[in-house]
Amino acid sequence: MAGVGSACLAVGLLTALYAVGASIRGARTGRSEWVASGRRAIYCLAGLLVGAFAILEAAFLRSDFSYALVAQGSSTDTPTFYKVTALWATQDGSLLLWATLLAVFSSAVLFLTRRSLREIAPWATAVLGVVAAFFLLLMVGWENPFDTLASPPPEGAGLNPLLRHPAMMIHPPMLYTGYVGFSVPFAFAVGALITGRTGADWIRATRRFALVAWTFLGTGIMLGALWSYTELGWGGYWAWDPVENASLMPWLIGTAFIHSIMVQEKRGMLKVWNVSLICATFALCLLGTFLVRSGILDSIHAFGASTIGVQFLVFIALMVAGSAGLIVSRLPSLRSTAKLDSLLSREAFFLLNNLVLVGLCLVIIWGTFFPLISEALTGKESTVGPPWFDRLTTPLALVLVLLSGIGPVLAWRRVTPGALRRVLVLPVGMAVAAVVALLALTSAADSPASLVMFTFVAFVLAVVIQEFGRGARARGVMTGEALPQALVRLAGRNRRRYGGYMVHAGIAILFLGVAASSAFLDQRDARLSPGDSIEVGGYDVTYRRATAELGRDRGGTGAPISLGAVLDVRRGDERFTLRPTRNYYSTQDPGKGVVSRFFEGEATSEVDVRWGLRRDLWLAVRPDLASLEKAIAEGDRKFGDAPTDVQALVIAALADRYRRDPPPAAFRAIVSPLVVWIWIGGGIAVLGALVALWPSPEARLRRVRSLYAARVGRELSRA
Amino acid sequence: MEYALAVFALAALVAVLVVGPLRRPGVEEARDGARLEELNAAKEAKYREIRDAELDHRMGKLSEGDWRALDRELRGEAMEVLRELDRLEGRAPVG
Repeated sequence: MAGVGSACLAVGLLTALYAVGASIRGARTGRSEWVASGRRAIYCLAGLLVGAFAILEAAFLRSDFSYALVAQGSSTDTPTFYKVTALWATQDGSLLLWATLLAVFSSAVLFLTRRSLREIAPWATAVLGVVAAFFLLLMVGWENPFDTLASPPPEGAGLNPLLRHPAMMIHPPMLYTGYVGFSVPFAFAVGALITGRTGADWIRATRRFALVAWTFLGTGIMLGALWSYTELGWGGYWAWDPVENASLMPWLIGTAFIHSIMVQEKRGMLKVWNVSLICATFALCLLGTFLVRSGILDSIHAFGASTIGVQFLVFIALMVAGSAGLIVSRLPSLRSTAKLDSLLSREAFFLLNNLVLVGLCLVIIWGTFFPLISEALTGKESTVGPPWFDRLTTPLALVLVLLSGIGPVLAWRRVTPGALRRVLVLPVGMAVAAVVALLALTSAADSPASLVMFTFVAFVLAVVIQEFGRGARARGVMTGEALPQALVRLAGRNRRRYGGYMVHAGIAILFLGVAASSAFLDQRDARLSPGDSIEVGGYDVTYRRATAELGRDRGGTGAPISLGAVLDVRRGDERFTLRPTRNYYSTQDPGKGVVSRFFEGEATSEVDVRWGLRRDLWLAVRPDLASLEKAIAEGDRKFGDAPTDVQALVIAALADRYRRDPPPAAFRAIVSPLVVWIWIGGGIAVLGALVALWPSPEARLRRVRSLYAARVGRELSRA
Repeated sequence: MEYALAVFALAALVAVLVVGPLRRPGVEEARDGARLEELNAAKEAKYREIRDAELDHRMGKLSEGDWRALDRELRGEAMEVLRELDRLEGRAPVG
């Protein structure tokens, strides 16, 4: 079937190119049959790529090592759950996932807009076709996921152990869906620029896609942080790694875009800014995809050096130059139809929020590319570390959280000082009360930046609660509904507004978790023998005994050996047990002996976390294998030619020896206050985004009515 | 061989599907239908703005004078959209 898969890609490339040609012809001549043909080509492309994806997934599931990709990224003992995900853990497979998602998204948006945006949609089809063609060209020309091996190995190399984590199963598709989703508003923005129809029509048609992209990208970033916290063994969730930054940059600019398009929708302003933002967002999405593949920056997340970095760079450069040229050439049609009435208005604060978001992104771009910049300027590569990022991003994050509280209380166009005072009294009062309580009851004053963040978070939450409360009361007065009913109906009928407020609350809560866990974290590193104890963050942690499991690791990752520890934890009356382990995966390195290959392959920390709303206790263990080295070397020598079941007995004996007589092990214990609120806040933000993008029943009904009205008009005109 | 056959078969299938609309030119709905949908979307957006402004007023964010001026302006814009909708739907515009 590898030939069929390759054929899907080759025919897909031709189909994408045809979609580009047919759509441009349709757009230029005004002939709808060519537009329809181009659109249908994109549907076909989606079918071809879904077919190719299914063929490759099937190869992974049946461990068909005649596929180079399967041999490189999977093995017979890889659990089925991870065989499915192994496809996108490889470079070629991830390109196929990107292209497949792009074709599916493109088909969805072209289907939804098939009866509207007659002038813009064909150009958007052409842009989406060009992007799809680029990814297909990469696969057909350089990184074919269907490459086969003349002599397949009996066993595959297996999935990178670090990726054997549930969050990693979902993280890449989420990120790619986010990246791909932003291609839709980008394509329609280009279409709007080419046709000169730069009003709000293209925004209304693609706003939901931008929101979907934003939601998926944000969810992907949060899952990546969760993976880092629970899998990487260093105890943090964000390290300002280039690849992490690469996903955050388009999310920040996408956030700015989602806010500023509201100003264009309502006021006809910021047209140049909006098309620039969406072009920048999509360029950053491509840059993110490029960074993971180019090998130009060191990252634990990157695929390593590859052959497609230059192609990516050329494509991004052409896209940026083309977009910039188009924007400049259309400046006259991008003039605002209104001007800012007052600095005390929602649109003014949206603009300010945009500037902060763009500023944050620029800081991150500078820090991420600093190694390249420094090397170009001085000939010596230097890097900036997390403290540099923290120092520059913290003040901007503080301003951003404050603005996310002020924006919702302001009306469009202008707010009188009296009205502003009225709506700010309660939130400011709550913020002041929060400061007083924090100063009196906690040690928050030890970290002034965190104290300010907690205050702003209290302010934002008070604003959101006030907005829901006042809105429900106002609706109750208008309709006579009881308050709970008014609240539900208010949110249901104003989903964009109240979904947005939920997002603001969620992001504020997320920042609460970030501020508390980074400023008040307590960490201890210690070497302990059974019976030894340490104290961390008010917890007494005692190493009770060592553990050793063969083929039964806690996470079900398929690790052959898991060495770990059982620790008893006490804090006041609270008592519980934690069981961190370290998984050892065998290597196929022929230079290793039959026993040592099980201990000297890759190893991953399987941390154990006691999650809590107030604080987490995080524990990782690193067993010391030095005491086993002699026995392992002896096993290599004596049992090199022994049957595999005898070798298995030797390994079992070594594991048992570790369990019975463990040497001191290295432990890291971390108590992070409120860290779980990062993901709770993220979840609330995602929920709010879903509320905001879900169409109201009335809107769906009106859409059906409008389609029927159009049909009646059409049929009457034919009669 | 498998590759060549698959390319041929898939290319033929795609060709049949994408050429379909070219053999039936003009079956797409009239341009007015598309404009109608855009105008309906614009009308809904304008109505939403009017409702938002009223809610802002009732919540104390907009003063009486500001709200009345804004409401008048937004309703005027909505009427423009309605006039064009009426024209496209073949109804005589009111007024």
